[in-house]
Amino acid sequence: MPKRQLRVGTQWLYVDEAEKLLREAMRIQAEEQKKLLASGEVLPWYRRWLFSVDHKVIGIQYGITALLFLLLGFGMMLLMRWQLAMPGKPIPLVGDLLGAANAPGGVMLPEFYNMLGAMHGTVMVFLAIVPLAVGAFGNYVVPLQIGAPDMAFPKLNMMSYWLYLPGGLIMLASFFLPGGAANNGWTSYPPLSVIGTGQTWWLIGMVFLITSSLLGSVNFIVTIVQLRAKGLTWMRLPFFVWAQLVTAFLLLLAFPPLEAAAFMQLLDRVANTSFFMPSGLVVSGTPQDVGAGGPYAGGGNPLLWQHLFWFLAHPEVYVLILPGMGIIAEVIANNTRKPLWGYRSLVGAAVFLGFMSFVVWAHHMFLTGMGTAISAFFQTTTMIISIPSVIILTALIISLWGASIRFTTPMLFALAFLPMFGIGGLTGLPLGLAATDIHLHDTYYVIGHFHYVVAPGTIFAMFAGIYYWFPKVTGRKMSDRLGKIHFWLSLIFINGVFFPMFIQGLAGVSRRLYDGGAQYQHAQPVLHLNKFMSTSALLLLFAQLPFIYNFFKSIWWGERVGANHWEATTLEWAATTSPPLAHGNFAVTPVVYRGPYEYSFPGHDFDYYPQNVPEPDQPPPAAAPGGGGIQQAAVAQKES
Amino acid sequence: MADAHAIHAPGADHGHDAHHEIEIPFTVHARPDTGLYNGKLGIWLFLASEVMLFGALFSSLVLLRTSDPNWPHGYNILNVWLAMVNTFVLISSSVTVVLAWAYMRLGDLKKGKVFLLLTLLCGFGFMIIKAIEYGTKFSHHQYPSTNNFFGTYYLLTGLHGLHVVGGMVVFAYLLVTANKWYAAKRDQFTNRVETTGLYWHFVDLVWIFLFPVLYLL
Repeated sequence: MPKRQLRVGTQWLYVDEAEKLLREAMRIQAEEQKKLLASGEVLPWYRRWLFSVDHKVIGIQYGITALLFLLLGFGMMLLMRWQLAMPGKPIPLVGDLLGAANAPGGVMLPEFYNMLGAMHGTVMVFLAIVPLAVGAFGNYVVPLQIGAPDMAFPKLNMMSYWLYLPGGLIMLASFFLPGGAANNGWTSYPPLSVIGTGQTWWLIGMVFLITSSLLGSVNFIVTIVQLRAKGLTWMRLPFFVWAQLVTAFLLLLAFPPLEAAAFMQLLDRVANTSFFMPSGLVVSGTPQDVGAGGPYAGGGNPLLWQHLFWFLAHPEVYVLILPGMGIIAEVIANNTRKPLWGYRSLVGAAVFLGFMSFVVWAHHMFLTGMGTAISAFFQTTTMIISIPSVIILTALIISLWGASIRFTTPMLFALAFLPMFGIGGLTGLPLGLAATDIHLHDTYYVIGHFHYVVAPGTIFAMFAGIYYWFPKVTGRKMSDRLGKIHFWLSLIFINGVFFPMFIQGLAGVSRRLYDGGAQYQHAQPVLHLNKFMSTSALLLLFAQLPFIYNFFKSIWWGERVGANHWEATTLEWAATTSPPLAHGNFAVTPVVYRGPYEYSFPGHDFDYYPQNVPEPDQPPPAAAPGGGGIQQAAVAQKES
Repeated sequence: MADAHAIHAPGADHGHDAHHEIEIPFTVHARPDTGLYNGKLGIWLFLASEVMLFGALFSSLVLLRTSDPNWPHGYNILNVWLAMVNTFVLISSSVTVVLAWAYMRLGDLKKGKVFLLLTLLCGFGFMIIKAIEYGTKFSHHQYPSTNNFFGTYYLLTGLHGLHVVGGMVVFAYLLVTANKWYAAKRDQFTNRVETTGLYWHFVDLVWIFLFPVLYLL
């Protein structure tokens, strides 16, 4: 039996020696880093933590900021849910803090309810979920998973964060302006948004956020295309990286039309152009003199905004869900200890999903009277786009088949994601068909549908990601017991919040009602559900307390774990220390020999076969021609 | 037993120079299997998003125009001859920026800088002519709020003008730092001229579309 040998640098070594050597190199690197930090010869603290160009620090910045925005968006929703359950009753505890202009005597005004509604959507979509899914997880994990020293454009990466934060602060600052924040829904439909209050700062904030995500998406695509480690071919990329790549393309190409629309609405508001102002506009019975001597010349088209908005906002739905699917795929493969079922069809489905998401936008506009021919087209494309979603979900479910599942906290969240996203997706079908959408449009059914996709769908995926990569980021693990409490309580209460919305919606209760439907006769039989949902929402808040406690406790006092705590195969675990080097990621630049999910590989000693471990019978790859960006360390091997 | 110190990947080997920057692969030279260096792929992707930005505005123009029976003809209102001169100015600048890049690649920094300066001057010329056009319109009380024809005219030409100014700022920066950068990192500097040039061609191309759509139809 010949013994395996590896070439390390210029030397041939036996496998166990080589692995010892690599570990030693990692250790020396980590020690050097510690010395460097202790010696004070490092960048000043603000360059390391505030204006860092390191993708890991930027990822953490994004993560913390986005989690705070997530909590804030949740808080806005709790205020609204109080009003829906107890219309006209003073809000306990915080009611007096909201100010007389918003809530005199602690009772929320309708205008303030509208501001909360618009800002809840904006904060959750643009400031919480996308920055968490892409800015935090993408930034931190993608370069590590592809074996890159950093993002392709580190300074641009820093700039992305520093455009995102001001964008978010501008949004929030608008609450303190005379007239308050934007209150025209997160969709900002004109002409209301043109004549309404608070919208100007929303648009300016939006331009910041769009620019930020544009820079980020260019950076992600270039990083994934250019900086993959040697041997990491396209079909060896972890599915998470594929999901981030498709997401980046969606952000790159779908956001500019909204930026154009934001410019136009801004001009409508500040320069009195009439892009979205129709002639003869009447508001609440009062003619607005548009095109008849008023400041507006008229002749504009409010539908134009809806087209431009949904041209972004539908791909945005996939921006919200794809990174979540990527995380779920990683967690499922790792905890089932076997390769993902149908990796190629997963990749194909994600790419096809990306393409199709650009041609379904007008299914949000069936009721605008755009005509049956256009409706027919868009309902066809909408039915087609459900196919790749089903492929992805099916592949993930079949991946569980015959597995000896490790029921870790991230895996529980991943397992819950599957049926929750399933409910969210399937309830979308009646909305995608024009005939059924007529009944369901703008009801609580729609709210229930997309919240099932985004809340117990994407947010559960985000939680799975946090629990899964926490040991990578900190070198410590979060408590499993607290994690399980967090999971089960969240799962129960989040369904308590969103499932009754389907019942209310089918009964015809409209969304965006200040009193939750109390004024309508047809809403009376389902009105009691408002109290149930609001109580569930409050309990959902309490269910997050174990998570928050667990998160902070584990950062400093969590159980220390090794470099590859989950016994994973992908590069971020297999080739770096945990936490990774603060400067440069890899002690030894990895070379990739196989696909991302080689768990339970036949004939291999362990039940995981990392991507960067050479195979005995494979010839060493040829040296990188030209350019010389990729260095090799432990690459070649021979038999003796 | 080999020395573990010897196998650090150079990318991570910062030694004791804390301010040493991480070496990102393919910043200057092309990756063999993609044939691109990072900046070039980056600028192409950025331009793709720009296509979507201007594409959305052009689509808006089409939609607004087709739904308005009283939409005026550009040639009756706008100064076609000034715009035509501007078209030639901008096309010339696209030629000069290629020449600047070519000379720098061939090692002739002096000529390269001359053509870079000519590109910058063309940009100036374009903006001056644009300013004259805007001034005339303002003096006739034709503002963005006058009607949607002028709204789209000012929005599209204004956004295009901002892109021209953005390109000029970069050219000015390249021109000022040329000697230093060319001596220190010649390939990287030439790449910067090339990517800025690609952007400049795009700005030029947008005008090639704007000119007939706004002035001639």
